[in-house]
This record gives sequence, structure tokens and C-alpha cells, in this order.
Amino acid sequence: MTAALGAEATAVAIAAAVKDGMPARAVIDAALARIEARNTGLNAFTAIALERARRRATQLDEARARGVAPGPLAGVPFGVKAMIDIAGLPTTAGSALYRDAPPARRDAEVVRRLEAQGAICVGALNMDEFGMGGTTENATFGTTRNPHDPTRTPGGSSGGCAAAVAAGLVPLAIGSDALGSVRLPASLCGIFGLRPTRGDIDATGVLGSGGTISTLGPLARSAADIGLAHAVMADRYDAPPAQALRVAAAGGYFGERLDADAREAVARALHALGATRVVEFPQAKRARAASTLINASESATGKLGLLRTRLAQFDPATRTRFLAHALLPAQWYLQAQRFRRWHNEALRRLFADVDVLVMPATPCVAPRIGTATLDIAGVEAPTGPMLGWFTQPLAGTDCPALTVPVARPGRLPMGVQLFAPPRREAWLVHLAARLESAGVASSPVAP
Amino acid sequence: MTFDPGAFVDAAAAAIDLPIPAEDREAVAANIARLHALAQDVLAFELPPESSA
Repeated sequence: MTAALGAEATAVAIAAAVKDGMPARAVIDAALARIEARNTGLNAFTAIALERARRRATQLDEARARGVAPGPLAGVPFGVKAMIDIAGLPTTAGSALYRDAPPARRDAEVVRRLEAQGAICVGALNMDEFGMGGTTENATFGTTRNPHDPTRTPGGSSGGCAAAVAAGLVPLAIGSDALGSVRLPASLCGIFGLRPTRGDIDATGVLGSGGTISTLGPLARSAADIGLAHAVMADRYDAPPAQALRVAAAGGYFGERLDADAREAVARALHALGATRVVEFPQAKRARAASTLINASESATGKLGLLRTRLAQFDPATRTRFLAHALLPAQWYLQAQRFRRWHNEALRRLFADVDVLVMPATPCVAPRIGTATLDIAGVEAPTGPMLGWFTQPLAGTDCPALTVPVARPGRLPMGVQLFAPPRREAWLVHLAARLESAGVASSPVAP
Repeated sequence: MTFDPGAFVDAAAAAIDLPIPAEDREAVAANIARLHALAQDVLAFELPPESSA
């Protein structure tokens, strides 16, 4: 049972141990000690809810002593991206503009749901300012480092979430994914990261959640943890697939701009799943363009006043992007939304013939911090957009996508994406668990 | 018709009363040029009538 106190413990293992009598307070104290020991080097957490976490753990233990059954996430410590309200802490969204904001008066709905099932929030996690970036290099809150190699980026924008989970500080974190901000850092940090079906997760209490692209999603070190966290977040417990799933590789665009590591990861996943078929993902390049335009326009929503009056306080990495995004013509946005509706219909037709697509998550392993451009397959492009090359085409879809870490002992992490029709997260978790069982997927804690 | 990102930035910023500092104008225009290229790809796609908004 003491394994539940270690960095390797998954959420499911912790909840089982707490159900069997392990004090939640001991689990939380162990997590806080790990954070104390490693966070200075990683810069994953930007705020720790120390007293709150200890108080809730004690309350959980007292309730259990009175005979109250612990929930399915009993005693599981988790962190949330710094844009998600934690009562008692300022919600910064990684911005100097909100660094001194008054503390949130209540928890975001996602925090409330997880804690209602026994999980315990221990703090806020670093991000690119307002989620605008793919490397978690933040001028106000510092750069987050990849636990597998601290000279490298964890990816972003939910980089603090991915680093905290990969390092075993917490077994579960909640990030947000617009153009890939859960799936991309999950790949670079060697963990699982789910972008759920759009619209299924209540984003009440999330700063900047008003767009039509972004959704909250869990990051964890096992498929079962992802399934459990998603079920609680969505308040929906789906049955596993009743029959064999038809799995295929996404061809064309998804087979072109990737290096040997990414190509090998996809090939191993396909082989383990017995998939030999290749299908064409419709209009992937345009889907990426449309998602990028929609997200750009929506990212500037509500920021015009701040851009006019407090521009100097924006992160230098985002300020000129937000200025540009505020200027975009409505017709660009509206045509992108029209394309998006067409694209979702095209995917619906595609999924009549196949159940799950396998595709790269990132075109390469984590680059070194500060890398301005990447050259992949003879094409050079800025690091952020290049890292999101395979997550961005899925961003405008209604469909869930799961990054699965491919086992690569002694090498830097690399994930693959599994992509399914709306509300088929259980299919993704089922296949991810199959890959774990086959030894093709694994997420060991970074040393 | 040639698209001039710098001229677009000046006109659009004036239209919404958004001051663009001189030191930021070039980077903003570069961002606009990148998004313009993406927009051209989307605008060039002929959507079938049933997809009309």
C-alpha cells in the first residue's frame, strides 16, 4: 500500500489504496514533498494550495472514519493549468496582467467535480500566456523544463501540467487544448493526454474559455487514469467497445512532415493494433488553417481593452500575436467556421468506415528550450507551429483525440495520437490500454 | 490584387482604435501575413451549397 505514496503511483492505484485504508493526508503530504523537492528545477507549479490540500485530505480521512465511502478518485492529488479557478488563489492564465488578481472566490466546475469524487487539488501549473504558445516559456512565471531533459521544452501551452505528471509530482493534471495544448506536451513529456469531445466538459470558471475551439482535458501516466478522470470531468461513464475496432493509419498529410522517431512511433502503434489500412484524412492542411484562424480570432476576444491600455504587460512572446489576432477580418473567421462545419461532416462520413485513426502527435522529440525554428523533412518553420503540425488539423473537429506515449527506454519521449468519433473516448482509452498491455505504450516517471 | 500586410495593419488598427507601437508594427504585420496565407487556403475552398451558413 505504501506504493501509493511514491512518484510512480497512478491515480487508480492511489484511490484503491485510500479506499483500503491509506490516509489521504499521507498521500497529499508525499505529493507536496515531491513538489517541494523538484519544482524549483522544473518550474511546473506556479502556486501551491498547501493548506487547502492538507485540509481537504484531513476532511476526507475524517469522513471515511465516519463511514462515508470515498469516491473513485479518493486522495488523488492533481494540479490544474493556471487558467482554471482554484478558490483562494489568483487565476493568472500565465499573465502579468492577472498576477495580482484577487483570489478566485470559488472553484472552477472541473475542480469541483474532481474533488467531489475525492481528488484533491494541490496547485496551479505553468502555461504560455493565455495559452498562446507551444513551449511554456513565460516571461512572468518562468520557463518550464522537460523532466526527461531539463535543457528541453515540455511543449505547451499546458507544459506545466505535462511536466508535473511526467516527473511524478502528481498523477493527474487538467490542462486545456485548443490547437494541441494537451496532446503536444503529452507527447514531448511521455504521458497520456486527452482532448475530449468538444463541448462535453463544463468550462465554468476557466479564464479565457469563451471560444469554440478550446476544451479542458486530463493528462496522466496511464490509460485507466485518463478514462477515470474523463468520466468524472464529463460526468459520463461509457462502456468499452462491444466489438473489435477498425483501426487505420491517417495517410497523406500525416505521413509527410515527420522525422524518423515519429515515423517509428506510429509504425509500432499500428503494428501492435494489427492495423494495415491507410485512409486519407480529409483536407488536413485546410483544417489546420481553419482551426488556426478560428483560434486566433477567438483568442483576442475580450482582450481589446487590455491591448489598448496595458499592452506593455503582455508577454513579449504573445503581444504582437494578440495585436494581429485583434485585427483579423470577420470573413476569414466566418469562412473558417463554414469550412469547419463541412469538415466535421466529412469526418462523420469517414468514420462510417473506420473506428479509430492513428497518427503522429508531434513531428519530432522535444527541442531544446529557446529553439526558434525546426527543420523537419526539409521544411523549416517556427517551433510552435511546427510542433503543432499534427494536433492542429484536429482542433476544429468535434472528435476526441488521445496522445499515447510510445515506450522508448533510454530515448526522449514520443507519442502518437488516436482519433475517434465524438463521444468515443472509451474507444481511445481501450486501445491505449491495449498498447500498454502489449508493452508498446508506457509512461515511466522521469528520473 | 497584392496584399500589403503593413498597410492592412495600419488600416485595421485605425478602424478599431487600437494603437500599434512602432516597434511592434513589423512583427504584427508578419503575423498578419502568415494568417493571410492560411486564410487564402480556406477562402479558396469551394464549399457545397448545403454547407452555407
